[in-house]
Amino acid sequence: MSEAVQPLLEVQNLSKHFGAVRALSDFSMQIRPGEVVALAGDNGAGKTTLIKAISGVYKPTAGEIRLKGEPVSFSTPQEARDKGIETIYQDLALADNLTIGGNIFLGREPMRRILGVLPVLDRPKMAQAARETMALLDFHVSRMEAPVSNFSGGQRQAVAIGRAVYWNAQILIMDEPTAALGVPEQRKVISLIHQLKAQGRGVIFISHNLQDIFAVSDRIVVLRRGVTAGERKISETTHDEVVKLMVGG
Amino acid sequence: MSVSSPPTVADAPTPHVKPQADHSDTAKTVVQRIADLRAWLFLLALILGFEIWARTAFSGTFILNPFNLQSIAIFAVAPLLLAIGQTYVIISGGIDLSMGFIMGLAAVVAAHVINGLTPGIGMPAAVMAGFVAAVLVASVPGIINGLLVSRLRVPPFIGTLGMFGVARGVAFLLAGGTTVPISNSFFAYLGNGRFLNVPIIVWITAAFVLIMHYVLSQTRFGQHNYAIGANVQAARRAGIDIKRHLLRLYILSACCAGLAGVLYSARFNAGAAQAGEPLLLDCVAAVVIGGASLFGGSGTILGTVAGAFVIAVIQYGLVFVNVEPFWQFISVGVVIIISVLIDQAQRRFSGGRVDE
Repeated sequence: MSEAVQPLLEVQNLSKHFGAVRALSDFSMQIRPGEVVALAGDNGAGKTTLIKAISGVYKPTAGEIRLKGEPVSFSTPQEARDKGIETIYQDLALADNLTIGGNIFLGREPMRRILGVLPVLDRPKMAQAARETMALLDFHVSRMEAPVSNFSGGQRQAVAIGRAVYWNAQILIMDEPTAALGVPEQRKVISLIHQLKAQGRGVIFISHNLQDIFAVSDRIVVLRRGVTAGERKISETTHDEVVKLMVGG
Repeated sequence: MSVSSPPTVADAPTPHVKPQADHSDTAKTVVQRIADLRAWLFLLALILGFEIWARTAFSGTFILNPFNLQSIAIFAVAPLLLAIGQTYVIISGGIDLSMGFIMGLAAVVAAHVINGLTPGIGMPAAVMAGFVAAVLVASVPGIINGLLVSRLRVPPFIGTLGMFGVARGVAFLLAGGTTVPISNSFFAYLGNGRFLNVPIIVWITAAFVLIMHYVLSQTRFGQHNYAIGANVQAARRAGIDIKRHLLRLYILSACCAGLAGVLYSARFNAGAAQAGEPLLLDCVAAVVIGGASLFGGSGTILGTVAGAFVIAVIQYGLVFVNVEPFWQFISVGVVIIISVLIDQAQRRFSGGRVDE
């Protein structure tokens, strides 16, 4: 059934070598709309190399990336972003001293004119867009004029996701989105990912936390030393099996 | 088997997320507002203090005397102009140490150009030419600063320190090691005349401050400046051209110094290479007292205005109440330290980032 839907993203036989080091060999995966795919693996397994290749930071040595069936090749992260692939980094990439709106519109600020002449930043529009976007993620923040440094880790994570959503990202790559958060905050992020899924976006979710992976993902792809160690549907696997795939046993 | 996975997180398909931490938010906002206004509160306290001193010690008045007000305003012009440019640079996370001597360079250039052109093209035209030439020449070290910091990744402290020396040497060479007197009565009028009983240089400075406040608070350039100061990575990922921004930024601060130099030479009817020498630290102090953080990301023009006036009031006020001038240094130093302590306390209280 879901096999019939065209995948949002297909990665085929992707390899990335750094000199003699094969960071990623012959890797393939796909993501359909509304699907959350977890990427698991020990440190150095190739997860970071993979997402950097998908998001335009690295140029793959070999292989193909297809977006909605179209082969694509990105030479900068900006190109990937323009096509709707957004990476939410661990360090959040927020400017702490700006408002939520200021962060969402960073680098693409809307302007309006006072008295028809003097151009000024359109803060009301930014605040409005921020409020709507955050509501879309079921996050209700009252003070739109406060800098994001005032918000909690989970809220800030939501702002980073909100920015991607506002600019219509179709595929969100989330690198350890729950790593630096307390348990209640982790739950919020998990519920955020559920929201993204419900909106038909694709999510690549990288985590060390198996509980989170099992809570939110549809499939899990396990990497080991640059190759696929296994791919399972979450509903058909267990923690034990995943751990075995990760450490190789 | 999948049921065996711990249900803690999975059991909450859409845990309704409540707005969090709003109880402390209003308190935070109030503290932040007060902290943002601290330079103005400082200023108010200082003025009150000097007023009381004046009344009790020699039954005079400090602030209600228009002469004192004018003197303080004139006193504040040059450090304020430098501090405005410095505010932009410090918000971006940098610092511009070359401003003082760029100001001197501009003053000397203005003097030479006005002297050279006055016989040929008349007084007002020569003043215009001198103004333009001084700001253009001032922008050259700004361009070099900007290229050093943005392209060659030289730390701003070192790059502008180098330019501090270069601008100093060039200014003294151009001045022939002395002060260059200017003979142009129109220029002298600009520097010392009044309009509506307010000195013209104060009007010019006020207009400039308003424009710079607008640019910082209402334009993309200003917004990007804050973002770069808070998180360069984030700004770069958001597609902001960091190199171009930094280049413009250091040109801007140099042009502020250029304007300060021109107004200085108008006021004293002479160009002097050492015009801005004592003002460099004053301008950094004004920015810090005004609430900016030397780590970047925060600061406002209005705060800096208050900071510059705090320094001007201390310096003028101590002379006014007949205290030995050396107390100025001590008082300004103490105010800087208190200001930074307040800044840190506020950060801790409002839970802002402690480090990167």
